[in-house]
Amino acid sequence: MTLLAVERIKLFSTRSPYWCSALAIVMGIGLTAIFAAATDGPVPLGLTQIGSSQLAIAVVLVMAAIAVTTEYRFNTIRSTFLAVPNRTSALVAKTVVVAFIAGLLGEIIAFGSWGVAKVISPSSDLAINTSAEWRHVAGVGLVYAIGAVIAVAIGILVRQTAGAVAILLVWQMLAESLIGIIPKAGVKIQAWLPFINANHFLSMGSDSPEMGGTGVDFKLSEWGSLGYFAGVAVALLVVALVVAKRRDA
Amino acid sequence: MIEAIGLTKRYGRTVAVDDLSFTVQPGRVTGFLGPNGAGKSTTMRMILGLDRPTAGRVLIDGKPYTELSRPLRTVGALLDAKWVHPNRSARAHLRWLAKSNGLPNNRVDAVLEAVGLTGVAGKNAGGFSLGMSQRLGIAAALLGDPKVLLFDEPVNGLDPEGILWIRTFMQNLAAEGRTVLVSSHLLSEMALTASELVVIGKGKLITQSTTQEFIDRSTGNSVLVRSPQLFKLGPLLVDKGFTVRDGADGSFSVSGATSDQIGDIAAANGVVLHELSPQRGSLEEAFMQLTGDAVEYHAEIGK
Repeated sequence: MTLLAVERIKLFSTRSPYWCSALAIVMGIGLTAIFAAATDGPVPLGLTQIGSSQLAIAVVLVMAAIAVTTEYRFNTIRSTFLAVPNRTSALVAKTVVVAFIAGLLGEIIAFGSWGVAKVISPSSDLAINTSAEWRHVAGVGLVYAIGAVIAVAIGILVRQTAGAVAILLVWQMLAESLIGIIPKAGVKIQAWLPFINANHFLSMGSDSPEMGGTGVDFKLSEWGSLGYFAGVAVALLVVALVVAKRRDA
Repeated sequence: MIEAIGLTKRYGRTVAVDDLSFTVQPGRVTGFLGPNGAGKSTTMRMILGLDRPTAGRVLIDGKPYTELSRPLRTVGALLDAKWVHPNRSARAHLRWLAKSNGLPNNRVDAVLEAVGLTGVAGKNAGGFSLGMSQRLGIAAALLGDPKVLLFDEPVNGLDPEGILWIRTFMQNLAAEGRTVLVSSHLLSEMALTASELVVIGKGKLITQSTTQEFIDRSTGNSVLVRSPQLFKLGPLLVDKGFTVRDGADGSFSVSGATSDQIGDIAAANGVVLHELSPQRGSLEEAFMQLTGDAVEYHAEIGK
């Protein structure tokens, strides 16, 4: 618990998490607002989470990676390891705090987007009733939290902001969807890519076609996909923790 | 007490620290002296568990650093004053450190007061001058009121006032019975600060002794002798086991003897002396003499 408090103090005594949070909220909710305003007729629920699941997530991943890479950049990671020689617990505490904040941001952005769509288009049926609809909106926080774990792990491994951010953005925003272009094999590979699986968890099938992943032959259920996504995150984190423990700080 | 036993660190084929053994006792300032690149910082990082030794171990009061449960309460270290987030305030920096080792918040105020940073505690550490950063680093080291303190080149780049402040501060810490290890590549600085020296070069231990002993021994205590009867005096001195070297203008340079001894011998044998003067080399010369072969990066001077 002490270590969680330590990481909380560290995170909130600098400005970048505030800026990243604000940017993520504005971009996520803003995109939904633009869509809702530009749509003639009713806004479907499947349209409300494009901003949160496709755009704002990138900002949250960057925030999570920066939480680690700035420690390496300014060598405060060494001060951290001096104060807490058990590197694994220090880094796990950081991961938990960052993932929790990312999850919270995910819920704020998801329900904020939903709310803004309702305000802009009051006549639309945006009621959240079915489990698929709940997953679509409330699931965003889970995806953010797990995504943040991946970002922290990459941050620990790469140790520099530019490298970590580049890897995360190219991976999450480009690489996984580009692989789908490979004839025949592409969609088969995509069924096992982590962020595609995260989207699969959020998708409502044909009710949310904009989420991507259409045509991918998923072998897992929606919750199975989330579990797979989480499994990849944990595996990456374990590798990162082992590397951090072994290497000279 | 700090105890290094056969400490070795290899980076690929480069040996940064080579089978280094020494002890640092409480109650005095111990200087950790060596030219740039001698392996001082690497050794300090190994003492603090940041770098993993290739071989050997180092114990603090009998335990490796990584096995201390709340290490800041036992060991305080200032390795680099710039290890702070530039956009985090000095107080917040100390607050998370205090929290991590279960130290109360009033310790933060106490150490800020001790180093004279209370007035700027709310300012971001990135805007601090080198002297202020150094004080913040010392505040962090003192946070847990530790028995053992390590400082890596603490006076580097400071103005004379800052140097004097740090020197006095470290001596006071040692006088309180703490173990203080300070690294430096400047013997003149260490001569004023430390009472005990651990001297290394190219990662190897050159010597561990008191500062006075080190200076006496390495400056060589040679005595210049001029006399019209050198032919008579020379063999007498050699018989006593002193080393005699021919100098310029019919003079001798005698090492191993004091001027008193030589004067007595001359008088007892009726030798006329024209000059009898003890020669003291500078500290820098002594240091160069000892570590000359052990400098990692050489530049030929004046050739």
